[in-house]
Amino acid sequence: MKSLNKLALSAMMGGVLLFAAACGSEEAGKTSDAAEVNKQLSGEVKIDGSSTVYPIMEAVAEEYQMVQPDVKVSVGLSGTGGGFKAFIAGETDMSNASRPIKDEEKAQLGEKGIEFTEIKLAFDGLSVLVNKENTWVDHLTIDELKKLWIEDGKARKWSDIREGWPEEEIKFYSPGTDSGTFDYFNEVILDDQPIVQSATLSEDDNILVQGISGEKNGIGYMGYAYYLENKNKLKIVPIDGGNGPVEPTNDTIESGEYAPLSRPLFTYVKNESVKNEEVYDYVKFLIENAADLSEEVGYVRLPQEEYDKDLAVLEGLK
Amino acid sequence: MKLIDHSKVVKNMAPRLLWNQVFKVIFFIATLFGLFVLGILLYRIFTQGSGYLSLDFLQNLPSRKPERAGIKTALIGTVWLVGVVAPVSLLIGVGTALYLEEYAKKSRFTDFIQVNISNLAGVPSIVFGLLGLTLFVRAFALGTSVLAAGLTMSLLVLPVIIVASQEAIRAVPNELREASFGMGATKWQTIIRVVLPAAIPGILTGGILALSRAIGETAPLVVLGLPLFIAFLPKTVFDTFTVLPMQIYNWTSRPQEEFHALAAAGIIILLVMLIIMNSIAVLIRNKFQKRY
Repeated sequence: MKSLNKLALSAMMGGVLLFAAACGSEEAGKTSDAAEVNKQLSGEVKIDGSSTVYPIMEAVAEEYQMVQPDVKVSVGLSGTGGGFKAFIAGETDMSNASRPIKDEEKAQLGEKGIEFTEIKLAFDGLSVLVNKENTWVDHLTIDELKKLWIEDGKARKWSDIREGWPEEEIKFYSPGTDSGTFDYFNEVILDDQPIVQSATLSEDDNILVQGISGEKNGIGYMGYAYYLENKNKLKIVPIDGGNGPVEPTNDTIESGEYAPLSRPLFTYVKNESVKNEEVYDYVKFLIENAADLSEEVGYVRLPQEEYDKDLAVLEGLK
Repeated sequence: MKLIDHSKVVKNMAPRLLWNQVFKVIFFIATLFGLFVLGILLYRIFTQGSGYLSLDFLQNLPSRKPERAGIKTALIGTVWLVGVVAPVSLLIGVGTALYLEEYAKKSRFTDFIQVNISNLAGVPSIVFGLLGLTLFVRAFALGTSVLAAGLTMSLLVLPVIIVASQEAIRAVPNELREASFGMGATKWQTIIRVVLPAAIPGILTGGILALSRAIGETAPLVVLGLPLFIAFLPKTVFDTFTVLPMQIYNWTSRPQEEFHALAAAGIIILLVMLIIMNSIAVLIRNKFQKRY
């Protein structure tokens, strides 16, 4: 009887141990590379830039802190432009951007003798959205988007855009001109021409969501993550970029099918900083975990080759 | 002839009382309006945020997962900021006020300074952010440190402190100064032993209200480029840090509903801090106020 009890007890303990080991190995699997390095680093990694990229960097920094608690990582959100200014001034090691670096910014970096490397982190799909009760818009072409959003001095109704649509005035909602989202839309659709004057501009995407969901004739655009969180309040518009209407989903954004409204998100790393072990280690951790973490915060992962390529480039910098 | 025509007075009585009543109601509604808006704000924030208030919320670092996110670095950072702003702005502010009130003779020059101080009080805070960025962060190479942010915020609240201190110093009766001079005291002895003790309640009240403004401001600090995610606490004034309003601002701009609730919880903490500071101001005023 006694031995039976002992047997049961040891079996139970064995089970618990096995379970713990299984959990442990799963955890280890996620951060295997960190375990492989296993050396405690210290030092500082300074990051600033786009508030669109911030959630990804926050997630990466948070995870990294658990692996290397002594490395002081700080992530700011001065915006893409503000981030580059600090990057040019030599104040940061990495600069996040929701658009590729501009030529003038490149030139200024060149003047200061700062060499940098571009790393793609994830995709963000710009989503065009209308009200739930809007039954007529089934898709929009790029030309129709231009007709909708570029100011030409005339008030516009749905019937002006396509035959058979109701003769009701359209209400526009757009992110504010300081946001990278607006910059991107400007580049792809507006072509530097003024945005329709009656548009409500707001830096707060929640206001756009409220506006479009409360106005039957509302139309607007915002980051894919925002659409995902507000799926039940808004209707997404498939976009025809020349090869038939495509709705933004993780698959169509990752494959590049949802063109031209999906944009890559970047971070720019100062080459000189990578020579510091802690920055190198952080960037490596970033590239290895960017796919999963960016998906977790609402963006779309890149194809694996892109990350592999970035890793190879990073090794070259060391 | 009667001096008072009774029938006329009686005739006018009703409309006069009516007007009296009308204005009473109008002003009462005006009072209610502010309270009503405040009530809605508090109700919304407390229903949204109270669920997230816990010790963990105070002790955790920022996180992508709302249930794990906290405000430790932001809260401690705000305390550090006050630690720099309070001594710097009070010393410079009270010093300026003493000079202008006690030493300087009234001239075009002091008038000019006076006008500019009042103007500065109305300059948008973001302008102070730009000033701080070029001066403290870049030119003095302080980076996004507690010191750089603290000095910027000190500049922002200085005008308020100077004006409040001037009012307090001016309210000290002249007889006290003359009595002191009559006893043979110098100007400095008079200021330190007579004027300042009498003016201190007013100065501190103004100072604490100004500090409350400093801990609630976001715009200048965003311009300075303060980071938001940091997993370490500042050890000296040269370390970088973050503050509560920036964390709240970031959470409100996230798409997920849970972060909005977190922002509300952060606002509650900030409100509690402000209420504590304002209560201290009221306490000081009531305790030390002497009437001459």
